[in-house]
Amino acid sequence: MTAVDVGYRRVRVGTLPVRARSLVVGAAVLVAVVVLAVFSLGWGTYPVAPDAVVRTLLGGGDALDTTVVVGWRLPRVLAAVTLGALLAIAGALFQTVTRNPLASPDILGLSNGAFTGMLLTLVFVSGSWPARAGGALIGCLVASVVIWFLSYRGGVQGFRLIVVGIGVSAMLASLNTWMLLQIELETAMFASAWGHGSLNGVTGDALGGVLLCAAPFAIAAFALVPALRQLELGDDMAAASGVRPHLVRTLALLAGVVLVAAATAIAGPIAFVALAAPQIARRLARTPSLSLALSALVGALLLLGSDAVAQHVLPVTLPVGVVTVSVGGAYLIVMIVTEIRRRV
Amino acid sequence: MTSVVPPRVSDTAPGSARIGRTAIGTLVLVAVLAVSVALSLMIGANPLPWHTVWASLTGSGTPDTDFVVQGLRVPRTIAGLVAGAALGVAGALMQAFSRNPLADPGILGVNAGAAFAVALTVALFGIQSSLLLVWPAFLGALVVTVAVALVGSSGRGPADPIRLTLAGVAVGAVLSGITSGMMLSNPDAFDLMRGWNAGSLLGRGVDLILPVVPFIAVGLAVAFVLGRPLNALALGDDLARAQGLPVGAVRVASIAAITVLAGAATALVGPLSFVGLMVPHVVRWIVGPDQRRILPLSALAAPIVVLLADVLGRVIIAPAEVPAGIVTAFVGAPVLIALARRRKASAL
Repeated sequence: MTAVDVGYRRVRVGTLPVRARSLVVGAAVLVAVVVLAVFSLGWGTYPVAPDAVVRTLLGGGDALDTTVVVGWRLPRVLAAVTLGALLAIAGALFQTVTRNPLASPDILGLSNGAFTGMLLTLVFVSGSWPARAGGALIGCLVASVVIWFLSYRGGVQGFRLIVVGIGVSAMLASLNTWMLLQIELETAMFASAWGHGSLNGVTGDALGGVLLCAAPFAIAAFALVPALRQLELGDDMAAASGVRPHLVRTLALLAGVVLVAAATAIAGPIAFVALAAPQIARRLARTPSLSLALSALVGALLLLGSDAVAQHVLPVTLPVGVVTVSVGGAYLIVMIVTEIRRRV
Repeated sequence: MTSVVPPRVSDTAPGSARIGRTAIGTLVLVAVLAVSVALSLMIGANPLPWHTVWASLTGSGTPDTDFVVQGLRVPRTIAGLVAGAALGVAGALMQAFSRNPLADPGILGVNAGAAFAVALTVALFGIQSSLLLVWPAFLGALVVTVAVALVGSSGRGPADPIRLTLAGVAVGAVLSGITSGMMLSNPDAFDLMRGWNAGSLLGRGVDLILPVVPFIAVGLAVAFVLGRPLNALALGDDLARAQGLPVGAVRVASIAAITVLAGAATALVGPLSFVGLMVPHVVRWIVGPDQRRILPLSALAAPIVVLLADVLGRVIIAPAEVPAGIVTAFVGAPVLIALARRRKASAL
């Protein structure tokens, strides 16, 4: 299936060998994540200087600093970093398996499924956080299972998966639009804000629990990388080298779905991180394939930066998902334009 | 890039079986379209038999039936025909041009631009009726698509389709984020946008439709001329150039036609989800990969989907209505899924 050219073959030779460049870029993004995290921990109505933040994190801060930095702000910053990374890994898995840069939880219907689940819970059960999170989780998983079975025909093949995903996604989106039209304006706005993905109300306990469930799948994703690289050569070549194409694809998609579901249960369907982070990472490192580790770092940086903008920069407080869409999109535009300049 | 449009196209004489299928397909589509128009004129909160509809159309109806038929249902049906044809052809052009069967006209930024302009107009001027928003929406769609084309194009001529698609996604994302921000911080804008987002044929009077028609007519004409060049382009840029095709000019013309068609349709009826994506797939499965057949037949098939969706929306929860844009997804998606399951994906 070579339906869509993602541009894997356009390897440009930069000043550095590809591998060295990946490491340098990875280190730079990691440093950026750490610096931004420290600043985010100190940023707010009770500002804490960066050196005090570091001291507090190492256990040497005073009681008030400890409460504010570790008790209040740390869960949110950790959530931004880890959820951004999870979403980016999931996006890289989807895009690698389907070989299509548009394949992401947003396009495939997982986000719309989560929002449908959340809306149904809000209308019929309750608007409390655990109920909404549960509804979103169930909606996301049910949508995944439905898409999986509808696209299963002696194996799941990337292109059919995307077409079915788009179909299911469109139906769910319409259902959501209609439900938003039927409920009260205030409820609809509240639901819509959460439906964009928000880190408000993230607690350390919930985050820890969900991450514990997601961790094995994240590790499994990294373990699958060599087999996925073989698959990029085509099913026959991969099979010749002992890789089982269907099994690898199934496992990769399963891991991707679980990672998205985990992130969605905590924060709602945060858009665009899964779509943009792998593409941004690939352009930064100029690698031919999508790199899971670098995608994860870029995803973490993207969500952390967007949350800082959502909380502190904008005149009104908006859900972080609104900002990830704009920030990720703007960065993608810059990448595309500079890439063109370099070539001309 | 092999499987999107199979290479059996261009100027070689097509098999007679293919011509037969095309002829039968055209006849069936015309017949179904006629039935759809009739149903759209007959069915609603006040169902009318065909002879009553006909009497009103020919000028011998009662004031009551004239109000329903001429005042409400005729404009609504025309809106469905015009917007449907425009969206179907825009979708077919988009898929041929980008060589990506997942490409929807919305991907070039049409929907995002229109929605952004509508939200901005409401936020700035406090307009409460979606009917006053046709021109801002059209303008927004045009401006944003041009911006996408600029971002996606290199210094040496029009963009390659992959980068253009990514540029469309990127620009659309930035705008939809800002649109969401405006909606979520302004209850009036939110209230209007949740209705506009649904996409509806309701209340689009002739005075709104007529100014949009010339744009769509020009767009359709350009699209139909592009059939043969797009066939050549399906063979790849180098082969097309070797045949003497001005590749850059074809791309520019395609983008212009997609923008005008999808922009005008979206401005008129809001985002009708799925029509531009689904219809060309179905048509391609009937007539094969030749764009000279796909483009005109998409113009026939898409209005059927829009009109039937609108009729269905009037009866599902009568006397209330479900907006057409919501029904199109529920009608279109199962068809697409069924076809994706039935056919080998390589048949795309």
